[in-house]
Amino acid sequence: MSSDAAARHVAPSALGDDARRFFNLTLTLARTDFKLRYFGSVLGYLWSLVRPLLLFGVLYLVFSVVFHAGRGVKHYPVYLLTSIILWTFFMETTGGCVQCLLAREGLLRKIRFPRLVIPMSVGLTALFNLGMNFIVVLGFALATGVEPRLTWFEVPLLVLIIAALALGTGMLLSVLYVRFRDVQPIWDVASQVLFYISPIIYTAMTYPSSVLRIAMINPIATILTQMNHAFINPGTPSAASYIGSPVRLLAPLGIIAAVGALGLWFFGREAPRIAENL
Amino acid sequence: MSVMTRPVGPERARPPAGTPAVRISHVSKAFRLPHQRYSTLKERVLHPFQARTYDVLQAVNDVNLDVMPGEFFGIVGRNGSGKSTLLKCIAGIYNIDCGELTVRGRLSPFIELGVGFNMDLTARDNVMINAIMLGLTRKQARERFDEIIAFAQLEDFLDLRLKNYSSGMSVRLAFSVAIQVEAEILLIDEVLAVGDASFQQKCLDEFERLKRAGRTILFVTHDMGTIERFCDRAILLEKGRTVMIGGPTEVARRYNALNFGATVHRLTDGAGVTSRGATGPVSIVDGWFEDPDGARVAALASNEPCRACMEVRFNERLRDPIFGFTLRNEVGTTIFATTTDHGHGATGSFEPGQTTIVRLGFENWLTPSRYMLTPSIARHGTGADALDLRENIASVVIHGGPFTGGVVNLPHSFQFLSR
Repeated sequence: MSSDAAARHVAPSALGDDARRFFNLTLTLARTDFKLRYFGSVLGYLWSLVRPLLLFGVLYLVFSVVFHAGRGVKHYPVYLLTSIILWTFFMETTGGCVQCLLAREGLLRKIRFPRLVIPMSVGLTALFNLGMNFIVVLGFALATGVEPRLTWFEVPLLVLIIAALALGTGMLLSVLYVRFRDVQPIWDVASQVLFYISPIIYTAMTYPSSVLRIAMINPIATILTQMNHAFINPGTPSAASYIGSPVRLLAPLGIIAAVGALGLWFFGREAPRIAENL
Repeated sequence: MSVMTRPVGPERARPPAGTPAVRISHVSKAFRLPHQRYSTLKERVLHPFQARTYDVLQAVNDVNLDVMPGEFFGIVGRNGSGKSTLLKCIAGIYNIDCGELTVRGRLSPFIELGVGFNMDLTARDNVMINAIMLGLTRKQARERFDEIIAFAQLEDFLDLRLKNYSSGMSVRLAFSVAIQVEAEILLIDEVLAVGDASFQQKCLDEFERLKRAGRTILFVTHDMGTIERFCDRAILLEKGRTVMIGGPTEVARRYNALNFGATVHRLTDGAGVTSRGATGPVSIVDGWFEDPDGARVAALASNEPCRACMEVRFNERLRDPIFGFTLRNEVGTTIFATTTDHGHGATGSFEPGQTTIVRLGFENWLTPSRYMLTPSIARHGTGADALDLRENIASVVIHGGPFTGGVVNLPHSFQFLSR
């Protein structure tokens, strides 16, 4: 903004007009969250590696050793861990977004800044954690015989897709929560349902063939299945072959695009009034 | 102390010519306050067609205002008068409903100090976070870090968590960060509410510096002293509407009249005053303060000549009665008392049915506070035979001038004699 040009009053908006400031703010808020998470603990940042390691140990024992889940699935522990960290990312983003605007009320009421920074920073914090978790999973995968392949380049793309879904949902939830406080319990229950209908503790192979194609419309199922194909075991069918044809993949991808666009539109619409509606 | 001898400067009410830095024309902002909060989906589901009723709170109502570049502009008003809402509209935190708001120049994005401070983080972290929140880049924030800490004088407490800071210390830190923001137009809401006296002085010095540097500052406060000391002009809001825009002294006076005016009338009407003279030989029927022009006032600026008056009706013939005036402050201390016996002598003779106004003019050396008038009349002689007395019949608020802690501000001068 040039200092001598007359500037029309700028109403509070979702994106703002300064990309650099948007980025700086998002990063700063995310960093702060990250700093605070393990603040005051002896291990400090090490916890972001140690915690998933310990958690995975428990999951592995419970599902593989005790329940013999995923018997006959090659690299099942790696699949379980990969699905869990992606699901954790999704939940951290969406669950964190629900109350994020209320939690930042102080900022919203006192500073002019692009409103979208707040849900974005929630997503970024979750992405930090996903990165940390992924380092652990990668180590575990290599140790248990998963071989590096060119298809690993699909992984960032898949993360990007699940991030779009998570942020779209998060944006919707965050502004809806400002109006209706019921969003919190509703999302608590809805996400539980989503957890069990998605192939997280089981694989897509478990779906009965009668519901397979419908179940695969669930974007989470598509992403996790493709993740298995690209990252862990090229022997498993890809998401496209599970759902029937590559064209049918447009259904889950369409849902993701729709949720993302709806979230962005709705957030942008509500942005000017967030501060006063809180 | 030099602050006590502040000369009363000429009125700076006229806005400088040029293009305004902030132009507010016909700006309104309303909030909807629902009668019954339909905040749950269930209620929405059960009563989908029920019209939502709400009160509309017109927080800012058709305000017009031009603030010129380099002006120090005060926004004052009572609680709920819309001054903070107006500031938030200018800052772009609230959207305006109608009207036009134009800002020319880089506007500071914050309206309060220390926003985003996190009590669990160290001062070091908080400075960086706060600086970035307020619009600096990471690089700028790093470069100015030392300067910020030096200004706040907190070099020794850098790695202390903010929760272990005293409130004064964190305000110091916040203020130091805030003044680093390179904005041409600063918006500040109630900045001087906290902090110890020396820090407040430092803030005020910093304001002087900003003012000299030609920054435009819009400033919300309750403190008329700050308004009169710093502001070139000010706006007084009441229920979202502009009461007046003008010089700091006039606005301060009007503000005090708004705040305390009602009290005076109630006192005057009050029946609970001590009176024994309603049917006696003489009765005090009214009492008031007035300005040098003879207009009744509820508030006066410090140093402005003042008059205390009583209206007296005689029912008997009296010779040389003694008229007395007593001024008490809010805590009831007698600040000043005088009678015609001391300063005037014989008052003359009064006939039954006669009504007289007795006027006491005095140099106004009072410090900012509220003062009560108690007029009295006694029979000629020792003054012991009181005929009428009206306790606290009127009050006046003295505003402006420095708050010194003393009850009067005597005219004074300093001398330094070397030996």
